[in-house]
Amino acid sequence: MPDICVRNFAGRISSPNPFWLASAPPTNTGEMIMRAFDAGWGGAVWKTIGEPVTNVSSRYSSIDWQGQRIMGFNNIELISDRAVEENLREMTEVKKRYPQNVVIASLMVASNREAWHEIVSRSEDAGADGLELNFGCPHGMSERGMGSAVGQVPEYTEMITAWVKEKARTPVLVKLTPNISDIRVIARAARRGGADGLSAINTINSITGIDLDTFIPRPNVDGKSSHGGYCGPAVKPIALNMVQQIMVDPEAMLPLSGIGGIASWRDAVEFMLLGSGTVQVCTAVMHFGYRIVEDMIEGLENWMCSKGFETIDDFRGLSVNRVSEWKHLNLNYKIVARIDEQKCIGCDLCHIACWDGAHQCIHLDRVSGPVDGHVELHPVPAAKEAESRASLALTPVTRKERTVDPAVRGPYPAPLARIPRVDETECVGCNLCSCVCPVDGCITMVRVNNDLAPETWDERTHGTACSVQPQTQ
Amino acid sequence: MSTATIHDDPQLRARFSELKPALAPQAAVIEADRCLNCFDAPCTAACPTHIDVPGFIKRIASGNVRGAALRILDANILGSSCARVCPVDVLCEGACVMHWHNRQPIQIGLLQRHAMDAFYAASELPPMASTAARNIKVACVGGGPASLACAAELRRRGAEATIIERRTLPGGLNTYGVAEYKLRAADSLREVEMIRRIGVEFRFGVSIDSEADLEKLESEFNYVFLGIGLGAMQQLGIPGEDAEGVMNALELIAAYKTGHLRELHGTVVVVGGGNTAIDAANAARRLGAETVYLLYRRSADEIPAFDFEYEHAKQEGVQFLWRRQPLAVRRNEHGRLLVDTVQVRQLDKTLLPIPDSHYTIACDLLVPAIGQSPLTQLIRELRGIEVRDGRIVADPFTGHTSNPRYFAGGDCVNGGREVVDAVAAGKRAALAILETPEVAAHA
Repeated sequence: MPDICVRNFAGRISSPNPFWLASAPPTNTGEMIMRAFDAGWGGAVWKTIGEPVTNVSSRYSSIDWQGQRIMGFNNIELISDRAVEENLREMTEVKKRYPQNVVIASLMVASNREAWHEIVSRSEDAGADGLELNFGCPHGMSERGMGSAVGQVPEYTEMITAWVKEKARTPVLVKLTPNISDIRVIARAARRGGADGLSAINTINSITGIDLDTFIPRPNVDGKSSHGGYCGPAVKPIALNMVQQIMVDPEAMLPLSGIGGIASWRDAVEFMLLGSGTVQVCTAVMHFGYRIVEDMIEGLENWMCSKGFETIDDFRGLSVNRVSEWKHLNLNYKIVARIDEQKCIGCDLCHIACWDGAHQCIHLDRVSGPVDGHVELHPVPAAKEAESRASLALTPVTRKERTVDPAVRGPYPAPLARIPRVDETECVGCNLCSCVCPVDGCITMVRVNNDLAPETWDERTHGTACSVQPQTQ
Repeated sequence: MSTATIHDDPQLRARFSELKPALAPQAAVIEADRCLNCFDAPCTAACPTHIDVPGFIKRIASGNVRGAALRILDANILGSSCARVCPVDVLCEGACVMHWHNRQPIQIGLLQRHAMDAFYAASELPPMASTAARNIKVACVGGGPASLACAAELRRRGAEATIIERRTLPGGLNTYGVAEYKLRAADSLREVEMIRRIGVEFRFGVSIDSEADLEKLESEFNYVFLGIGLGAMQQLGIPGEDAEGVMNALELIAAYKTGHLRELHGTVVVVGGGNTAIDAANAARRLGAETVYLLYRRSADEIPAFDFEYEHAKQEGVQFLWRRQPLAVRRNEHGRLLVDTVQVRQLDKTLLPIPDSHYTIACDLLVPAIGQSPLTQLIRELRGIEVRDGRIVADPFTGHTSNPRYFAGGDCVNGGREVVDAVAAGKRAALAILETPEVAAHA
């Protein structure tokens, strides 16, 4: 069985597994966190502690997509509305009962040195294994000069991080806001301030939607709404990009706890492949409860077994350098779409996608015989549709009429006339058809040998590879 | 004048509860979201009226239910009854690509019903396709789906259309002949009422059965559309079939749907293997008959009824007697009906009685259901219109008969298919009428 323990993350934090609960409603109280540890979570970042706030009623809204709930999630809840001492007393109790699990105190206080020194000391005295500075909260707190108001200004980030480091005995993580044009600027500032690690990303400014009857955006607080923090599955690609940007920047790179749309072990592995040492989860737990961690642990272990990885460090960061600037991509790499006729169900979504969204090279002309070549005349999709709507269709009322003629059926499961054909000479290998195809493995993108040596845009424009000739075998 | 309505009978409703209840709104959206939105969708191609199926389904998914209904009605003015009575297994749902995806096909019929029910609940009317009035009058003879579709399409495009029906209620087989658990007579009439409200005129109790009637029609109307359907059900051709206690399947169905037959008891024998035979046998069960036999002269593999109809009848408790034919109908001394039957075997195309296989079934009602005979009598009157095998010969794309003033469509042309086929033919004929040189000149 592979070892999924985290050892000495950001210096001195060790955790039975890399799965932590993010600072959010699931970590609101000691009672909740202890139930989460019972379920299997390795650590928890306490719901941000600070001067208690008053929250509003109606705090969340979500985006559903095609019948699936919570593709994206949004909140306007502030930090903990419970007294500092109450939170810290419970923290002591949790650490006493669960010494092996990680408890991180998420902190947010007014921007003065004494206030930060005081909260740091009190948190560490309560037993926190580490501190996470909430410089990311995008709503409410930022209007009071805290949260993302700090995290959007590199000087403030560096200054407050430095204040905390003057006092802290445990590792200090800075949680970054994505609501900034270049997240690396703040990551560098945190590192200059002495941070031991980073957490990324916090939620993204959002308005999730508007009620079309009342014209009030969601969530509705007595007729008004406020921009919230967007999270959930929809934000994962944005988070992965920011994590990768940080992890390849020598001035920003620090041990990183990945956050943003993680709902399964697969998502977690992706963050780890881009260098995350631990991951934090919130929305998926708010949707399904603490129990989801069971599959996250098992799935990670099984995947590591299948790949032969013994520890997380065996694969952590393997994909970081697989992302490069566009100018370093090989312009001579050529792939084309191939349709597996045995799997095609004849929905012809690839055909219409290619015609209306790509390069007009997937055709419905199999029954007219092969017509490969550059100069081809094809009816436009609308003409094809008009033709079938002008056709005569009758209900097959007799058994004979209901029997499909094998000649019409063709050799594949779907009728031959509905199985599209790719004109490989025109296909640019854009992947669109394989993205829209509803059948797994039906459209694959296949590399074709064009006898051209690799050449990047950088090489082409700097003349370093301008004299590439087709290779002769 | 409002089209007539039918008395609501709670007992009938309870006995013929809907086979496929409506989808709840959220279920409809979930089902609509399953639709792949195929290009040049096979479901649309398979539909005789070519309803834009993915188009209306995606409108349901987006919450544009009114748009979905209008999309349906634009192709098929009887979208509400077709949603209920269409044999979707062999049409749109049978063509769904999900079959090759190892998934259940999209429930197109139920989604169509969802959109149409919302439309009728809002008492809406489909918009006119053209606002320009056309100085042209068309008589649509017969009040069934073909005529309704033809008249509605003409009206929507500015022509005047009049339905001429010999019965007291409009709708043809939609009102009188479809199993109540699929389509209630009241729902059929609701649909006809919508067609009346868009401006189609209706005349009831008017038969066209003489030269004089025809001349009168021709003097009043520019064109005549014949949507006269088929005639009475065929006779068994056996001794005693005129006896009391023999009632053909369409008579039985019309009688219970209009409240004239509310209960049955004892044993009912249905003869035939088509969809109407199944409807009659199921109806007999639901009306209270304890034992219902369905006699068919060939095997189970050969019944013309759709597979789902056969399966349904088995669930209703209908007992099938295969390769058995009635020979004669008698009455015993107690007044019970006796049906003498014999087992047959097939040799090439002929059926031979098997010796010593005679068997007499005592029953309370005998229901022949062996197909409708063509309406040859009226057609014979229409000189100049070609009739072949008792069916009017008409161009399948336009409904043109051999007489330029007469168009035809529906069962009287195709020999008896589905409601949706009649709707498609009626609509095509309407468009063809509007494209005749005389009409085009007026436009």
